[in-house]
Amino acid sequence: MTESAESDWKQVLEKALPSANLRWSEFRNQHRVDVPASAIVAVLTALRDAGMDQLCDLTAVDLLEYPGATDRFEVVYLLLNTTSGQRLTVRTHLNEPDLKIPSAVPIWFGADWLEREVYDMYGIVFEGHPNFKRLLLPEAFESFPMRKDYPVKGRGERHNFPIITRAES
Amino acid sequence: MATQINKQLGDNIFLTTLDAAASWARANSLWPMPFATACCGIELMSTAASRHDLSRFGSEVMRFTPRQCDLMIVAGRVVMKMIPVLQRIWMQMPEPKWCISMGACACSGGVFDTYAVVQGIDRFIPVDVYVPGCPPRPEQLIRAIMDLQDKIKKTGTYNAREFQLRILPDGPKRFDEDELMRIRERNGLKLDDHKYDPIH
Repeated sequence: MTESAESDWKQVLEKALPSANLRWSEFRNQHRVDVPASAIVAVLTALRDAGMDQLCDLTAVDLLEYPGATDRFEVVYLLLNTTSGQRLTVRTHLNEPDLKIPSAVPIWFGADWLEREVYDMYGIVFEGHPNFKRLLLPEAFESFPMRKDYPVKGRGERHNFPIITRAES
Repeated sequence: MATQINKQLGDNIFLTTLDAAASWARANSLWPMPFATACCGIELMSTAASRHDLSRFGSEVMRFTPRQCDLMIVAGRVVMKMIPVLQRIWMQMPEPKWCISMGACACSGGVFDTYAVVQGIDRFIPVDVYVPGCPPRPEQLIRAIMDLQDKIKKTGTYNAREFQLRILPDGPKRFDEDELMRIRERNGLKLDDHKYDPIH
């Protein structure tokens, strides 16, 4: 990553969204930008048009019990410019009960399953997703197991099946 | 009359019951259905391979359709999404049929005490022989098959009527006390507190 990585993307976003409330931070030369949920599509579109052509990962973090956290959920976009090798982390924060965020599928098609997995595990709804449903867990599953207030052993989902006895099988 | 026949025929004729004859035949030609989902499946393959040679016990004909099998070997952990599949495969097997639960995960969930992994397949389907181990050695599976052969020979009937007696679930109770205790410890609740129902 070049030294000017942050300033490059800072300029891009300042030019595209002069009024957006962006917060920049850095850890070991990895650059992050915190974006309000309302501006996420504009930010991601501007970054994609400026050369961030790959969405490496889209995931979420539950910040319940996290020291110093003020928001409940954090949706994380890990972006890569495959030409220059520059990377950027875009983060946005969500709170209950408004766990809705616009889908990134129109920007990067690869966000399809990633968003469905985030919904599956955290219950964050991606609006505008073309095929929005659970990815890994059964359709009838009602909880979101990666939330920190969900017990590791579950709420009895693993027991909710009919019992077949030998006489009736 | 019997002695007369014995004299004439000698050792050329054996007298037995129909149940014993049918069970003897069945016990020595088990057709396993490998339901292998994890590392136990590798040991299951090893058991069937040349070194351990399961065919010595007449049960080497692994078929991948349940309709041709009479022994289901569940080898590996079973997650909750798999249970309807497992039950469907079990129901598709023709009578008489038996089930071996191979390995710690299939028997009890093993180390995977999570929301997604079933804590023992015997909670949802009947199991005849349990094999402990993580994963069990092929010798242990051979031992389990020999035990099952023993069971078939001793309790089997030609029309499989012994299964009609097993009308209760084979596994632990839906709500075993250990689990209640763990929930109680975790939440600081009393056993008779119905506000927290972990099943529903």
